[in-house]
Formats: sequence, C-alpha cells, structure tokens
Amino acid sequence: MRAVITVVGHDKIGIIADVSRVLAEKKVNILDISQTIMQDFFTMIMLVETKESTASFKELSALLDAMGTERGLSIHIQHEDLFQSMHRI
Amino acid sequence: MLNSLEILETIKMISEEHLDIRTVTMGISLMGCAGDNIQTICDKVYDRITKQAEHLVKTAEQIEAEYGIPIINKRISVTPASLLLGAAKGPEEGVMLAKTLDRAAKTTGVNFIGGYSALVHKGMTHGDRILIASIPEALAVTERVCSSVNVGTTRAGINMDAVAEMGRIIKQTAERTANSGGFGCAKLVVFCNAVEDNPFMAGAFCGVGEPDAVINVGVSGPGVVKCALEQVKGADFGVVAETVKKTAFKITRMGQLVAQEASRRLGVPFGIVDLSLAPTPAVGDSVAYILEEMGLEKCGTHGTTAALALLNDAVKKGGVMASSYVGGLSGAFIPVSEDAGMIAAAECGALSLDKLEAMTCVCSVGLDMICVPGDTSAATISAIIADEAAIGMVNNKTTAVRIIPAPGTVVGDTVEFGGLLGTGPVMPVNPHKSDDFIARGGRIPAPIHSLRN
Repeated sequence: MRAVITVVGHDKIGIIADVSRVLAEKKVNILDISQTIMQDFFTMIMLVETKESTASFKELSALLDAMGTERGLSIHIQHEDLFQSMHRI
Repeated sequence: MLNSLEILETIKMISEEHLDIRTVTMGISLMGCAGDNIQTICDKVYDRITKQAEHLVKTAEQIEAEYGIPIINKRISVTPASLLLGAAKGPEEGVMLAKTLDRAAKTTGVNFIGGYSALVHKGMTHGDRILIASIPEALAVTERVCSSVNVGTTRAGINMDAVAEMGRIIKQTAERTANSGGFGCAKLVVFCNAVEDNPFMAGAFCGVGEPDAVINVGVSGPGVVKCALEQVKGADFGVVAETVKKTAFKITRMGQLVAQEASRRLGVPFGIVDLSLAPTPAVGDSVAYILEEMGLEKCGTHGTTAALALLNDAVKKGGVMASSYVGGLSGAFIPVSEDAGMIAAAECGALSLDKLEAMTCVCSVGLDMICVPGDTSAATISAIIADEAAIGMVNNKTTAVRIIPAPGTVVGDTVEFGGLLGTGPVMPVNPHKSDDFIARGGRIPAPIHSLRN
C-alpha cells in the first residue's frame, strides 16, 4: 500500500538521512520526496510503497513516531487514500 | 498528485484542530433472538452481538493506525429491546436483558451499546411498558447500556401518556444513580421523530427497517470549522456559509472513507455517514465557539439562533455531496455539558433553557445534556419533553431531550460526569407548574401537514 510520510519541525542536519535509513532498513521504497522550509519549519513529504516492508504498518508508525519525539519533530505515516479522498473528487 | 499544502492541511486538522471520527457504530438486528423465555432470549442476544461485532474494535483500531485518523468511539446499536420483551413477566426481565447487553458490550470492547429502547409514539405494547418501567434499574446496574424512548412523530402526533411517564422515569433514574449526579439520565434520551440509523449515543438504536448488520459513521470537527472561520474574520455571511460548506465537505469525505473501509473489512454493509458536528469538552472542539467566531460575544445571546441556522444548513450542504449515503441525525449538536463554550455560556448566564429550546428549532437534536435542579418535578420534566417533541413534530425533524435532574443540586452547582460527557452547570427551570397540563394524558393529534399522501 502507498503511504504518505510527513515530517514537520525545526530544521536540523540529517533529517532526511535518518528517515530514509529507517525506511531502507524496513524495506520501504521511497517513490517521491519533496522538501521545503516554510516559516522556519522544515517540512518534508514522502510518498512511499510499503508492499515489501518487513515491519507492520503499526510498527513502522511507532518507529517513526519515536524517532520524531527524539529529534523534536512531528512525523506521521498515513495511508495515501486519506489525502486523496479529502482533497480529490 | 497531491500537493504539499493539501497534505499539511489534513495533518493540521487532525493534530491541532481535533478532527476525528466520532464514532463507528455497528447496527445489529436482534429480530432473530425473539422468544418467550427470557433466559433463552438473553443467551441468543449475547451470542448474536459478540459474534457479529467480534472484530469491530480491532478493525476500527487498524483503520485508525493506517490512516492516522483518530476514531474516538466504537459502538453498537441494536433493535429496540422492547420488541424482545413481548412475553416478559415483569421489569426484572428487562433488567436481565439490559445486563446481557452490557456484558456483550464489554466482551466486544465497545464503550456504549444503544437500543435499550421503545417506540411508543402512538401507544404502548406490553413489551414497551415493561421496558420503560425497567429503565431506572437497568441504567443503574449497567455501565454501557444506553436507552431511548420515542414519544412522538410528525405522522402520529405525541403520546402524552408516554411523555408523562418519561418525566417520572427520568426522576427515578436520577434517584437510582444519585451518588453519581444522576448519571443514569445521561444514558437516556426521549425522542420525537427518532431515526433508525443514528450512530450517536445515547440515542442510537438499529431500526426495524435496517439489515441484519450495518456500519454507520459519525464524523466530528467543530474545531476545524472554527479554525476555518478564523481565516474569514469580518467577511459577510455568504463567505461564512461557503467556508463552512467547504470544510464540512472535507470532514465528511474522511467519514465516508472510514465508513467504506470499515464496511469492506468487516463484511458488513455501509449504512450512512451522519453529518453532525459533535463537540467534546476539549477546548477548541466546541460548537459554541463557532457561533462566537461568527461575531457573538457569548453563545446564547441574541443572534445565536440565526448563527446556528446558518451553520447547520451549511454543514449539510457541504457534507451531502461528500458521502454516497447521508443519514442519522445530521445536524449540529448542542449538548451543554459536552461543549466547553456552552458550559461557559451557561455558567455566566448568557445561555438559558429557553434559548436552547429556540436553538433546537434550527438544528438537531434537542435539549441535550442539560442539568436542572434536583427538585425539578416530574411534571415539569414532562412538559419540557412535550415542548421539545412539539417542535420536532411540527417542523418534521428529530428532537430529543436528555435532561438530568441531578439529585440534591441547585442552580449554580455543577455536576461532573467525566470523559466525553463533561461537566454540567445546573440551569434554572421555569418555577411555574405544568402539572395539570401533563395530567390530562392522551395523544396530541398529528399536525395537518402530516397528511401528505
């Protein structure tokens, strides 16, 4: 299934590297990635494919959440359909 | 492809503006459990519910995790229980059934089970009488069972004998649960024009026109609407209505997604999405604050009814295109104890019972979660119910009364219910009596515009 990962927080060195490392370890494929700085806030959005993931969705979510808490970032992973259904008819 | 702003908007709605799915409610028909022996009925009911809803909570939690959208409540509604009590020998058999429902709710892990109900808008059957008589005890000895009684419809008029009886039942229920502020009454709703597919408690039941099982979803998002309106300060009402519509559309789309997903995973048909704006006591999740955002100093002041009318209508217009099937109550809720803004308005005297009654003419669902002094008479409560039922009957809409005459309290006290049920300021009632009016009994005939065929 395709999911969207969002990372929001104060910019620091290595955020993308850290998130990508975790995803690579769990065999989650990154399909698309975009990153901007909005009002001093680092904002990264990733589209990923979790089909071959070695971790369950719940584990992945907990892993990213813990990583975010550690670095003072807010990291979410959510099914892509949530955004599709809310913003597209 | 989605753009970043849209993605971030959704994230902000969920993490900062309290956007959530208020309830995923599974309707379960108990029609196959009828019988003449109460023990057999109870066994069948327990098996039926625990089998059908075995995976409900787990599935809802999975959806919650995958979509990152909180689903606050997982609930069950069942066929009005009075239909199973046709051969009951006394109210104690009703209590047995209520305890069975409670046990089934605990086994399945839902926080409320609705449908300890009777539909008596035109008259009462033996089973209805038994059920109603058992309500005070049933709600005192169970934890998760919710009860409702429909006393009027636009087509049938108002059963004033039932209205009178419900005034007494509410008083008894409060007395039986006096040590928790009359908490039993928070689980009891008296309806006019009750709907069969309502996912919200305490009034949910699974109507006889429903299938064996069905998934109904209630969305929520007062905080999101309020935040959207903050962006259009001072703009005219056309802009306000448009803003509410667009926001309601997005909220409802999410409800539709969750409803479809739950229905698919559970193998149970999707019923409806209920478009109600349901507040919680959390700051920033209040319907009253939306009204105040429109320019009212305090909810309850002059202009409140107009503001609520606009809000209620715009929510429906925005939501109706977002879902394939809309139903349930679908309107803004104004439960006083469950809404931080309403509590504040009632405490400072800006919001009165009379104003709330006026507000219920333009929104769902009625006088909801209102605490009144402990010495309020049964006849006065019945008269409050009659007024509210009349509004529903004449305006062809659902209205309800969920009122708590909290024992030992006076105006100015507050009653703590905790959790989603919040804190209720005790509000004054009109001191003049309605006893002789209620004592008349009989039926108020259906209004002329009920004759539409």
